[in-house]
Amino acid sequence: MSSETISHGHAAEASVHSHDSHEAHGHDHHHEESFLTKYIFSTDHKMIGKQFLITGIIWAIIGGLFSVLFRLQLGYPDASFPILEDLFGKWAAGGRISNEFYYALVTMHGTILVFFVLTAGLSGTFANILIPLQIGARDMASGFMNMLSYWFFFLASVVMFASLFIQTGPASGGWTIYPPLSALGQASEGSKLGMDFWLISMALFIVSSLLGGLNYISTILNLRTKGMSMTRMPLTMWAIFFTAVLGVLSFPVLLSGAVLLLFDRNLGTSFYLSEIVVKGEILPNEGGSAILFQHLFWFLGHPEVYIILLPAMGMVSEILSVNSRKPIFGYLAMVGSLFAICILAFLVWAHHMFVTGLNPFLGAFFVLLTLLIAVPSAIKVFNWLTTLWKGNIRFTPGMLFSIGFVSLFISGGLTGIFLGNSTLDIHLHDTYFVVAHFHIVMGVASFFGMFAGVYHWFPKMYGRYLNNTMAYIHFWVTLVGSYLIFWPMHYSGLAGMPRRYTDWSNWQSFNQFQDMNRFISTVAMVVFAVQILFVFNFFYSIFKGRQVKSENPWGANTLEWTTPINPGHGNWPSDIPEVHRWAYDYGKDGREFIPQTEPIGADESKH
Amino acid sequence: MSEQKRKIHPHKFTLWVAIGSILMMFAGLTSAYIVKRSQASWLMIEIPVMFWYSTATILASSVTVQLALKALKKREMINYKRLLVVTAVLGVLFIVLQVAGFRQFAAQDIRLVGAGSNASYSFLLAISGLHGIHVLGGVVALAVIAIRALNSSTRSYSSVPLEIAATYWHFVDALWIYLFIFFTWMK
Repeated sequence: MSSETISHGHAAEASVHSHDSHEAHGHDHHHEESFLTKYIFSTDHKMIGKQFLITGIIWAIIGGLFSVLFRLQLGYPDASFPILEDLFGKWAAGGRISNEFYYALVTMHGTILVFFVLTAGLSGTFANILIPLQIGARDMASGFMNMLSYWFFFLASVVMFASLFIQTGPASGGWTIYPPLSALGQASEGSKLGMDFWLISMALFIVSSLLGGLNYISTILNLRTKGMSMTRMPLTMWAIFFTAVLGVLSFPVLLSGAVLLLFDRNLGTSFYLSEIVVKGEILPNEGGSAILFQHLFWFLGHPEVYIILLPAMGMVSEILSVNSRKPIFGYLAMVGSLFAICILAFLVWAHHMFVTGLNPFLGAFFVLLTLLIAVPSAIKVFNWLTTLWKGNIRFTPGMLFSIGFVSLFISGGLTGIFLGNSTLDIHLHDTYFVVAHFHIVMGVASFFGMFAGVYHWFPKMYGRYLNNTMAYIHFWVTLVGSYLIFWPMHYSGLAGMPRRYTDWSNWQSFNQFQDMNRFISTVAMVVFAVQILFVFNFFYSIFKGRQVKSENPWGANTLEWTTPINPGHGNWPSDIPEVHRWAYDYGKDGREFIPQTEPIGADESKH
Repeated sequence: MSEQKRKIHPHKFTLWVAIGSILMMFAGLTSAYIVKRSQASWLMIEIPVMFWYSTATILASSVTVQLALKALKKREMINYKRLLVVTAVLGVLFIVLQVAGFRQFAAQDIRLVGAGSNASYSFLLAISGLHGIHVLGGVVALAVIAIRALNSSTRSYSSVPLEIAATYWHFVDALWIYLFIFFTWMK
C-alpha cells in the first residue's frame, strides 16, 4: 500500500490537508481520512516515516545496483557485456563501461547512499516513527513541517533521479564535488548540466533535512509526556536528538558552500577558481581558492558521517538491551559519549584534508582531536559488549543485525585510528584502505543499524512480522559478504592501490590484485542479490507477514509498545501514558521486564 | 497550569533552533570571507551609501513590528493591521534599497559577477543576497498574517503567529546589522 505513496507522488496538485494536527496535541483523532490525506499528503508521523523508508529503499536499490555495475568493470576489465550496451547505449559502447560512465556511477553511488539512503532513509524513517511513540506524544511539534520535510526530500529525489537521464550524464566528479572540476562545465561531461541538477537536488535535500531536524529537536525537548525526563528517554531518542543537532548546525554550511559553487558555475565568479587553463583555453578567473570549498564541504562532511552513524548507534543500544533482557550498561556514559562524539564531530573536519597542503602544525591538532573520538567510541563498544555479557540473549533478526553492527563498528573504527594520523595518511590517502574503512564503519555498519531497526520495529509499523528464514539468510550472507568485500581492500590499500581508477590491468604495481578484485566483485553481486531478498521480504510481509497478536511482542519497556497494534493518528486511543521509570528495567527484582508506565513500587528506589 | 505557561510554545522553540541553523550558514559564509580576505588579490570593498539607508529602514521595521505586536495584545486591531502592513512595506523597501546599492557598483564599473569580477565583491553580493532572501521570507510570513488579519471572516486574537514572525524579523534585522558591521570592518 505504501508503495503507492511513491508512485502517486506526482499526482495532481492536491489540496494540502490542513487539519492542524500540530495544534492538536491534546485530543484524539477520529476524523475520516481519504486515500490522499492518509497515504500521500499525510501529516501523521508514522506514515511520513514509512514514506521516508520506502523512498529510501528504492534509492538503496538504485545506489546498490550502481555499485554492482562498477564492480563488474573492476572485476572484469577485459570482458565485454553486450547487454550493458543494450541497456546504456553510448555509456557502455562495445559492452564496456566507459570512463565517464564509471565516474558517474561511483559519484551517484556515493551521493545516493550517503544522503538519500543513510541520511533521509535512516534518520528520516526512524526519527519520524519513533520520536512521538517513544516520548509519548500524539505527533510531531509541527505535522505540517514534517510533511514538507518529506516532500522536499521527494523533490530532491525527483531532481537527482532526472539527472541520471540527461544527455551529458549526472554529476561525476565524486560525491565530494570538489571544484575546480565540478565548477567548470568544460572540464568534464559530468560537470555540465548534471552538476547543476546535483546542486539543486542537494539544496532541496538540505531544506528537507533542516525542516525535519528542527522538528525532531523541538519535539524531543517540548512534547515529552508526563514523567519522561530527559534521562528517562530510551537511547534511541538521545541518538536521534544529537543527530538532529548535528544536521541543523552543519547542513547550512554545506548550503553556503553549494551556493558559492553555483555562483562560480553560473555567474562567472571566482570564489573557488584561480588561474586555470582548460583544454588550451585560458579562463578569466583569478584569485579563487579551491581549498576553501573543501573546508566548507568537510565542515558538513564530517558531522555527516555521525548523522549517519548516531541513529544506528541509538537503535542498536535499544535493541541489544531488549534482546539481552538486561539493562543497557552505563546509560549515562552512553549519553555522554554521544554528546562527546557530537562535539568532536565539528572539530575534526580537516583530517580529510591532510594532503591538501594543510599546515602540518595545524594538522597535529586535528590528529589529536580525531584520535580523541576513539575514547567515546570505545566507551560505546565497551558498554554494548557488557550489555551482551551474561545476557539472556534472544537471537531475533534485529538482535543479530545489532551484534553485527558492533562487530563492524569495531573493525571499521580501528582502521580510523590509522587514517587519523596525518603521517600515515600521506601513504593511505585516496587508496582502497580509505574505501574499506569508511564502507565498513559508516556504510555497512549504519546499514546494519538500519536493518536492525526495520526488523525490530516492523511489527509496530505494519502490525506484522518479517519472515524469519529470509531474515537469517539476509543477515548471515550480508555479514560474511561485507567482510569478504571490504577486508581484502585493506591489503590492496596498504600496498598503495588508488581509488577512482577504472582499470589497473596495465599498471604493473597493482594488476597483481586482479584476482582479488574479481573475487570482491563476485561477492558484491551475491550480497546485492540478498538485499533484493530483503526488499522482497519487506513488501511481502507488509501484506502477508505473520500477524502480530500482542501489543508488546518483544517484551520491551518503551512506550511505543503500549499503543494498539495498529495505532491510528494520535497514537494512543485514550490518554497518553505517564512515565515512572527509565526504559531499561530488564531482569529486575525477578521480573523479566518492567514497562516505563509502571509506577515505582514501595520497595524500589526512584530513578 | 503554571508549569504549562512557563513552557515555551513548541513553534517558537522551533524558530529559535532554526535561527541557530541560519546563523551557522552565515557563520560559514563570513568565515569563508575572512579566509579569502587573507589571500592575494583581495580588493577593498567600498560600502555603498545606499546600505546606510537600508540599514535605517530595517531598524525602523523592527520598531514597527514590535508596535504591531503591542497593538495586537491591547486589541487595537486597526492600529495593529496598519503597523503590520507598514512593516511588510518597510521590508520590501529594504530589499529595494539593497538592490539600488548594488546598482551603484555597476555605475562605478565594478563587476560583481562574471569576467573581471573580484571575489570580494562577489562575496558581498552572495552574502547580502542570501540575507535578502531571508528578509523576503519574513515579508511573506508578515503578508500571510496581514491577509488573515484583514480577512474579516476569521477572527483570531492569538498573538503566537505574530510573536514568531516578530522574533524572526528582529533576527534578520540583527543579522543584517552584524553583516553591515562585518563588511565595514573587514573590507
